[in-house]
Amino acid sequence: MFDIESYHKADSVDEAISLLLQNPNAIPIAGGTDVLVRLRQGNPDYGHVVDIHDVADLKKIRIESDGTIVVGSGATFTDLIASHIITDNIPVLAQGAGSVGGPQVRNQATVGGNICNGAPSADSAAPLLVLDAVVELKGPQGLRRIPLHEFYQGPSRVDREQAEIMTALRIAPDDFQCWVSSYYKYAMRDAMDIATIGCALACLPQGKKVGRLRLAFTVAGPTPLRCWKTEEKARGAALDQSLVKLVGESVLDDLRPRDSWRAPKDLREQIIKTLAQRVLIQVFQQLGVSLA
Amino acid sequence: MNRKISCSINSESFSASVDVRKSLLEILRENGYIGVKEGCGVGECGACTVLVDDVPVDSCLYLAIWVEGRSIRTIEGESRDGSLSAVQQAYLDNGAVQCGFCTPGLIMTSTAFVEKHKGRSVSRGEIRRGHAGNLCRCTGYEDILKAVEQCLDNTQEKKTDKGDSCKP
Repeated sequence: MFDIESYHKADSVDEAISLLLQNPNAIPIAGGTDVLVRLRQGNPDYGHVVDIHDVADLKKIRIESDGTIVVGSGATFTDLIASHIITDNIPVLAQGAGSVGGPQVRNQATVGGNICNGAPSADSAAPLLVLDAVVELKGPQGLRRIPLHEFYQGPSRVDREQAEIMTALRIAPDDFQCWVSSYYKYAMRDAMDIATIGCALACLPQGKKVGRLRLAFTVAGPTPLRCWKTEEKARGAALDQSLVKLVGESVLDDLRPRDSWRAPKDLREQIIKTLAQRVLIQVFQQLGVSLA
Repeated sequence: MNRKISCSINSESFSASVDVRKSLLEILRENGYIGVKEGCGVGECGACTVLVDDVPVDSCLYLAIWVEGRSIRTIEGESRDGSLSAVQQAYLDNGAVQCGFCTPGLIMTSTAFVEKHKGRSVSRGEIRRGHAGNLCRCTGYEDILKAVEQCLDNTQEKKTDKGDSCKP
């Protein structure tokens, strides 16, 4: 039996907000693959739950009339992989979703939970960062939107007020149309493992040069991180071997990997450089750029 | 902290007042469905896998009250009138069972996998990926893969995986 001290079930986002307001210690529970594990470990911070597992409005994945993709926070990773909106337009997010845990976990775990728990290893985070996703939250003061890279504030810390619910992740058409992107998760096992390093890269080509490039990593700092300096240096660069070299030489300036029991810092640094180049080459292949 | 739930378990209707703090695993075992096993209890081993609306879930990480209105399948419902299901028979035919602790969960995962992919060309890599949430410490998985392959439509030309070192 889980050590739940108070339990309230919400049937709508508004009801969830009002239930969270009534108890300042309450947290939302959606897929449960994180919160229930914490509860089983006896973590007292998770004892008061507001259940949003069955709030249908949070599960929708849709495209708005201007082309913006709206991914409901309650969509499971299996929902993401099965959605043609995702696989046709932003396949890099399906790549990330497909690398989470195993089938049973993907059937339950939600993309909103993956982001809101603030884990530096979140498999959906690097793809969403290179898509420049915007987090939509609803709270007592109404709706607000904030870029995902600003939503992350520190280890396990995100900019969600206690009574707010993340309703969706929004991806604007200018952030995916004509972009080419790829994700690579490096872990000790191919399934049921936390990333040692995860890397996503997106490129908007302009002729044979980089129009814009976005690069993001997980487990390479206290939160998932964008590589702003490298991205700036890559702007206008030719799509050839020199860019592969530039990315490999620059990427560590943007990141703060550290030692942990999973991997020492120097190994992480080696993986970071290798993955940045590997994912760039995968993007080159999609663009038909030959390095020979 | 009790709530009433109504659902179906192995096609039979089930209603009970359940403690909101309990997992589906606990409720099933307390009601005699002891084929559902608790392994790790944290969603890593898959021994507690049951199907909720035909989708495999780790019942240890699933609140019992979430089954309201849904249909549950456990290993107990897979054999009919004394005959094993096709998946159960394939496990037997291929020697895919050793100590047996992981078997109920694996059979539920395989059952959902086979129902989803029946008649389609499926690679060994896809079978492995589809079973990656279930651990078995005895068989080495080879015989489990063979059992699943036996259940899929073998008239389809099999896809070959590059770099699959497990081919006999």
